[in-house]
Amino acid sequence: MSSGHSETINVTLKVWRQEGPNENGGFEVHQQTISTDASFLEMLDQLNEQLNEVGTEPLAFESDCREGICGTCGVMINGRAHGPQTATATCQLHMREFHDGDEIVVEPFRAAGFPVIRDLAVDRSPLDRIIESGGYISVNTGAASDANLTPVPKAAADMAFDAAACIGCGACVAACPNSAAQLFTSAKIGHLGLLPQGQAERWSRTENMVETMEEFFGSCTNHGECSAACPKEISLDFIAFMNRDYVKAKIKNRALAGQH
Amino acid sequence: MNEMNASMPETPTTAGPTLDGRVPDGDIATKWENHKFSMKLVNPNNKRKFEVIVVGTGLAGASAAASLGELGYRVKAFTYHDSPRRAHSIAAQGGINGAKNYTNDGDSVHRLFYDTVKGGDYRSREANVHRLAEVSVNIIDQATAQGVPFARDYGGLLDNRSFGGAQVSRTFYARGQTGQQLLVGAYSALMRQVGAGSVELHTRSEMLKVVVKDGRACGIIVRDLLSGEVTSHSAHAVVLATGGYGNVYFLSTNAMMCNVTAAWRAHREGAFFANPCFTQIHPTCIPVSDDFQSKLTLMSESLRNDGRIWVPEGFDDNRSAAEIPEAERDYYLERKYPAFGNLVPRDVASRNAKTVCDESRGVGPLKNGVYLDFAAAIARDGAEAISAKYGNLFDMYQRITGENPYEQPMRIYPAIHYTMGGLWVDYNLMTTIPSLYAIGEANFSDHGANRLGASALMQGLADGYFVLPYTIGDNLADMLGQQAVPTDDPVFTNAVADVQNEQQRWLSINGTHSVDYYHRELGRIVWDYIGMARSKVGLEKALSEIPTLREEFQTNVRVLGSAKTLNQSLEKAGRVADFFELAELMARDALEREESAGGHFREEHQTDDGEAQRDDENFSHVAAWEWNGVGTAQTRHREELTFENVALSQRSYK
Ligand SMILES: Cc1cc2nc3c(=O)[nH]c(=O)nc-3n(C[C@H](O)[C@H](O)[C@H](O)COP(=O)(O)OP(=O)(O)OC[C@H]3O[C@@H](n4cnc5c(N)ncnc54)[C@H](O)[C@@H]3O)c2cc1C
Ligand code: SF4
Ligand code: FES
Repeated sequence: MSSGHSETINVTLKVWRQEGPNENGGFEVHQQTISTDASFLEMLDQLNEQLNEVGTEPLAFESDCREGICGTCGVMINGRAHGPQTATATCQLHMREFHDGDEIVVEPFRAAGFPVIRDLAVDRSPLDRIIESGGYISVNTGAASDANLTPVPKAAADMAFDAAACIGCGACVAACPNSAAQLFTSAKIGHLGLLPQGQAERWSRTENMVETMEEFFGSCTNHGECSAACPKEISLDFIAFMNRDYVKAKIKNRALAGQH
Repeated sequence: MNEMNASMPETPTTAGPTLDGRVPDGDIATKWENHKFSMKLVNPNNKRKFEVIVVGTGLAGASAAASLGELGYRVKAFTYHDSPRRAHSIAAQGGINGAKNYTNDGDSVHRLFYDTVKGGDYRSREANVHRLAEVSVNIIDQATAQGVPFARDYGGLLDNRSFGGAQVSRTFYARGQTGQQLLVGAYSALMRQVGAGSVELHTRSEMLKVVVKDGRACGIIVRDLLSGEVTSHSAHAVVLATGGYGNVYFLSTNAMMCNVTAAWRAHREGAFFANPCFTQIHPTCIPVSDDFQSKLTLMSESLRNDGRIWVPEGFDDNRSAAEIPEAERDYYLERKYPAFGNLVPRDVASRNAKTVCDESRGVGPLKNGVYLDFAAAIARDGAEAISAKYGNLFDMYQRITGENPYEQPMRIYPAIHYTMGGLWVDYNLMTTIPSLYAIGEANFSDHGANRLGASALMQGLADGYFVLPYTIGDNLADMLGQQAVPTDDPVFTNAVADVQNEQQRWLSINGTHSVDYYHRELGRIVWDYIGMARSKVGLEKALSEIPTLREEFQTNVRVLGSAKTLNQSLEKAGRVADFFELAELMARDALEREESAGGHFREEHQTDDGEAQRDDENFSHVAAWEWNGVGTAQTRHREELTFENVALSQRSYK
């Protein structure tokens, strides 16, 4: 992109409107004239100002940090979760990625596990249910020993961090043809399972989280769309890690319970 | 004079009685230990009999709710987010302080205490700050045990860096995502309690009223953001962990939804609001690029280690940076502060940027920034070395601005970033309403007039994990055997009706401008007059412009749709209404504080060198404001601050 030169472009927006979870939805078409310096969500802000002015209810869409870290934003842009730019959440996308005359189709994340709330807002709370079922290390406040008592090899710490970078946006689920949540779940299982602190509950955690995941989401058939859409580029290797641990967990949990 | 102006005091504010922070006696180093011993305890079986409401599930709220649940209290936690993991705490980049002295460079609890009191420009309560420094070490242990992946060295031990001008390395960090990792840790601890049934979690639920009966907080009123249903929740104690109010400026580095509503509504029920004018500006943010800018992005302060700050020497210079010869550039920080140069503290760097832009020497298309130039560093160390240090920041900058900072200087400008003011609390973190607590950025905090880098995460988690879970028992113990007030009590049913009426009122105005329009306009006033530099004239202007704009907002805002569905404009309307009232109080507070301290710079009170000049004789106190009803000026109370362990001194960076 040319340095420092913003231009104004005209785009045709086809946005999904849906009044509620049980209503039928459809596309609405709006023309927008916008500076290429604006972010994609600022363009939607501008649309909402215009809608409000003419007496039409603004479009519901979610965002908070607008820095790519909270995971609140997320829509399908021209069929891609979070839009065309790799490793970029919807809120970090700028209009300089588009051209004058483009048509831009904006839809909610679509997945059986994520019912539409209104317009572009969806319910991603099943992801919290997965964490609730085991995505933690059980240590009560005050029960921790000195932080440097257990050294963690730097390589393990770094790899755990790569997994822990997940922002819980759900783009992986939206991108998956089966609406599977393997990438999200494996990111947490990988994060905790790679650290010494996470070993005591490694097997029970894996079993519980995987089974809760299966209650809400589809199954993985190795398409890899999830990782391609992920704004934090979480690696498919974590899915392999989770699958291995799940098989082992089935055996080990029985063994740990004394049932050889 | 219109009716809104009636809220402006005609006479100087009445000074209320002095407030007591209820700091325990004794030596600073043993106060907290002794206090823990002398507080009343609730025995494990009795904890189940107490209900505690926690509003907010950021670092402070999630850590508190999880810890209270583990102890056996019956906890209800509320957040307007769809998940606790989304709280604004997630965005903190730099790190968290802890007086571990792992680096063996002379750090100690006392040094962290000392640095924090001094950094706060001597406007914080010594005893609280000391306690904060004491528990800082436990936070690092707790977070590590939860699996927070702090940076490690090759030996596998935790790594530290120095931050915010500290002379020791005591900052723990997780790449540039320390807030995210700490919040995910606290969130997972919270979700464990949710799974265990000790915490009932209410997401997408906004608290709109604190309910008080017989002078004691007994519950809250909440609106379900999806169905619009308004419900009552009662408890023996209510904890507000609802974050800061930086978004009163409209543009800030805070997340879009951050707001003051919970704290403000508590203020309206009788909780005193302390030091609202103490707000913090961060010098290195990306400047505003256009009228529909929605928020500002922080660029790490570490950039000032290698970047040189300059503007053109001449006024209204329209040339690009490359066209301006070296001789016509003004490296104003290096010129004015030869000893510290580009590394002067946040407030000094910020005010100087404002001065040069106000002189029409700003750069960029809107002339609203200053250059932060890496050309010299790249020539000296090579682009590769610079990329290794700052690559991710350079990428972030380019993504937002479309400009390549390896080829042309960055443009930066200060932005609002943190608020030191908040609900007044005593040593036990209780507000002036018994049984109502405030923790994290929502309280007036331990940071005095200025917060040091990496200390907000520390304070939020100190309050939530290690202070409140102890101090709350002291109050609850007295209530053993009492039932929580039933939600069919008139205090609840009346409060529900108030909230429902408020929603209907917004929908019925049907004026011409959106809520955002008024928020943006309000933000301009607050930024211009209660921003980086304040003056009597400016503050009086603010006090006349804010009520006028508020009057227009109240009668001419347009909120469409219904109260029975997700309605984001309706949510914002109530929040912006509270920002209007807060803004006015900020101006009053700034006007009455006839000194400069930390983030509060009064142009009338500066040294010959342009440094902030405190007035310790007259203003070594916390100003805590009491609500007196709509249209009546708040009463200003003071809590005197005494410094027995840290000697007061004047800053100089020449
Ligand atoms: C860009 C940026 C970078 C930062 N970097 C650092 C750093 O490196 N180190 C550092 O120490 N500090 C940093 N800070 C400051 C620090 O992040 C915050 O001060 C701190 O995280 C605040 O935590 P909190 O728990 O008090 O509030 P928040 O995290 O803001 O949480 C508030 C919670 O309250 C809820 N809430 C609010 N109102 C209501 C209501 N009415 N009803 C229901 N729920 C409600 C929200 O949903 C949320 O859960 C940074 C701040 C910014 C803006
Ligand atoms: S794995 Fe990636 S796409 Fe999936 S929730 Fe996490 S950050 Fe989002
Ligand atoms: S709004 Fe936070 S990640 Fe996009």
